Amino acid sequence: MKVTFPHMGHLWVSVAAMLQYLGVEVVVPPPTTKRTLTLGSRYAPEFACLPLKLNLGNFIEARELGADTILMAGGCGPCRFGYYAQVEHAILEDLGYRYRLVVMEPPQRHAGELLAKIKYITGHRSWLEVARAIWFGFQKARLLDELERRAHYLRPREVRRGSTDRAFGEALKIVAAVRHPRDMAKAAEQAHRIMSEVAFDAYRPVLRVGIVGEIFTLLEPFANYDLERKLGHMGVEVDRSIYLSEWINDHLLFGLAGGRRTRKAACRAAAPYLNHFVGGHGQETVGSAALYAAQGYDGVIQLMPFTCMPEIVAASILPKLKAELGIPVLTIVVDEHSGEAGLITRLESFVDLLHGRKGVEG
Amino acid sequence: MRGYLGIDVGSVSTNIVFLSERGEVCEAVYLRTRGQPIRALQEGLGELRRRLPAEVSVLGVGATGSGRYLAGLVTGADVIKNEITSHAVAASTLVPGVQTVIEIGGQDSKLIILRGGIVADFAMNTVCAAGTGSFLDQQAARLGIPIEDFGRLALQSSAPVRIAGRCAVFAESDMIHKQQMGYSLADILAGLCEALVRNYLNNVGKGKEILPPVVFQGGVAANAGMKRAFEKALGMEVIVPPYYHVMGAVGAALLAREKMAARRPSKFKGFGVTEARFQAAGFECGGCPNACEVVELREGGEVLARWGDRCGRWSSSLGLQNVG
Repeated sequence: MKVTFPHMGHLWVSVAAMLQYLGVEVVVPPPTTKRTLTLGSRYAPEFACLPLKLNLGNFIEARELGADTILMAGGCGPCRFGYYAQVEHAILEDLGYRYRLVVMEPPQRHAGELLAKIKYITGHRSWLEVARAIWFGFQKARLLDELERRAHYLRPREVRRGSTDRAFGEALKIVAAVRHPRDMAKAAEQAHRIMSEVAFDAYRPVLRVGIVGEIFTLLEPFANYDLERKLGHMGVEVDRSIYLSEWINDHLLFGLAGGRRTRKAACRAAAPYLNHFVGGHGQETVGSAALYAAQGYDGVIQLMPFTCMPEIVAASILPKLKAELGIPVLTIVVDEHSGEAGLITRLESFVDLLHGRKGVEG
Repeated sequence: MRGYLGIDVGSVSTNIVFLSERGEVCEAVYLRTRGQPIRALQEGLGELRRRLPAEVSVLGVGATGSGRYLAGLVTGADVIKNEITSHAVAASTLVPGVQTVIEIGGQDSKLIILRGGIVADFAMNTVCAAGTGSFLDQQAARLGIPIEDFGRLALQSSAPVRIAGRCAVFAESDMIHKQQMGYSLADILAGLCEALVRNYLNNVGKGKEILPPVVFQGGVAANAGMKRAFEKALGMEVIVPPYYHVMGAVGAALLAREKMAARRPSKFKGFGVTEARFQAAGFECGGCPNACEVVELREGGEVLARWGDRCGRWSSSLGLQNVG
C-alpha cells in the first residue's frame, strides 16, 4: 500500500511524518505547479472550486509516482468539500487511475467507523503508537507555524531582499527530514538558528495586515499566488487567521494542546455580525476580521476560491464590519483563470490605501 | 521649460503628459498601444518631444498602467505606481473634494472611493470586460459608426431600449435582435450605454457607497451617452474633467513631482530612448513543471530586466529589482 494525500501548504510535512512513523509507505505528490492545475482543471467540473481542481491534479501526479491509496478528509458540513473525496475518486476511476479511497470524517453512527479506517491504513500498530504519530505530526506543524510567523515578521524588515525566503526554505527542509520524535528538539533549535541569522531592521516602519478566508486558499501558496511573500516584499507584515497547527488542535486534538487562538474565540468575535455557522470558515472569516480590527491591524485581506459559498456569505457581511470598525478590507477571489498582474495591481493599490490612511491618522 | 513626465501604458492606449512645475498639463499625447507597448511609448515620447520647446528639462518621470514596469525600465522612471493610486491622485488634484472616481478604460474598469482626499476603498472589474471601452469600440465598428459619434448619437435617443448587459456576447446578440425588431439606432446605442452602466454598478460598484462629487474619467468618458447613463442611474451630476482621457498619466506625473520635491536628480534616460533599440522576448523556463513564461528586456545587447518567474531564479539573477 502506497498512501498519498492532497497538498495544502506544508500539510505534507506533518502527514508524511505521521504515516512514516507508523511504517506506512508514503508518496508525497510533487509540489503543486502549473502542470498540477492544468491536469486538475482539464478533468474537474468547471464550476467546482479551485481546491478540487488542485486535489485532482495532485492525485494524478502521485499516481504517476506509484501511489495506490488516497487518504483524504471528508465531513458533511454545508461546504461542498465534504463530498470532494468521493467526487475526485469517481473522476479518477473514470480516467482509469485505480485508487483505494480512505476518507477520514466524523462518524455517522459510531466511533468504530473512523477507527476502522485508521486501522486500515496503519495495520497492526497499537493505538498508543497511532496517538504518538499524531502528536509527532502536530509537533512538526506547530514548529513550522512558529517558523512561518517569524518569516512573516522578517520579510518586510529584511536587509537583503529574499534572505527570509531562503532561510525559511532551509528550515523547512530540516523539519521535513526529521524521522523520529526524539530528534525534534534538535531540529527545532537548528531551524530557529537559521531564521535568527536573517539580518533585519527592527525599526523599519511596516504595515500590518491580517489575512482571513477559506483554509485551502490561505494555506496553499500556489492557490494564492504567494500572497504572503508578495505582501512581505511590499513592506507588509502579515498574519493569517488559520495556521495548520491551530486547525489540528481545534479539530483533531479537541483543543488539548492549548494555543493562542481557537475557533471559539473567532466565532465569539463574529457574533455581532454573523451569529451562525454558515459552512466552511465563513464565521471564522468574519470573526477574525473583527479580531484584527480590535488588535489595531491596518487592514484585512479576505481570500477565497471562486464560487466558495461560505466565503461569499462572509464577503457580503464584511462591508458592515468595515464601516463599523473602520478597517479596510480587500476581497480576493482566485481560480484557474486568475491573472497575476491584476492581483499585483490590487495589492499595490491596497498597500497605498493603507499608507494613505496611516499618514492621515499618524 | 521645466516639468514632469507622466506615462500611462495601458492595454489599449499609451498616454504621456508633460506637467509644468506648478502641476499644469502643458502637453498630452494619446495613442493606441496596438499590442506593442515599447514602440507606442517611443512614438509617444517622440511626438511629445516635437511639441515641447527645445530647452525642456525633465525633473522627474512617473509610470503607471498595466505596462508600468516596462515603461519604467525603458525610460528610467523615478516612480512606478499602480493605476488606482495614479487615477486617485489626478482626480483629487483636478477636482478637489471628489469622493467617487469612475474610471473606464480599454480593458478594465475601476471604482475609487475617496474620503477627505484619501483613498478609502476601491474595486476593479474581475472576470468580465463587458463594461469596458473595447466592447463599445467593437459594437461601434459593427454598427458602422465612428466611435467618436457614438455618444452624440446616443444622446438623440428619447426612449432607450433595454439591452441584456451581463455578458458582452449576449449583449451583442440582444442588440442584433433589437435592430431586427426595428428600433432606432439612437435608442439602441443609448440602451447599450445604460446596460453597461448597470453592469458596472452591479459588478464593480457592489457594496460601495457612491457619494458626490463623482468624477468620470478614462477613454470611455469621451462618450456623452455613457455620462448621461451614469447620471440617470446614480441620480446625481457626473463630472468629466479636462484631460479625462490621460488622467492616469497626469497622476503619475503628479506622483513624480511629489517624489522629486527633495530635488533629487531624475533617473530619466532622456528623449534619446526614442531612438534606442529595445527588445522584449519571452522564453519558457524548464526548471520545474511550473514552466514560467519568463520575459527578458534587452537594450542593444544588454539585458535590462527579467520577470515572470515564480521562484525568482531569473529575475533575481541580474541583481536587479524583481518587477513582479
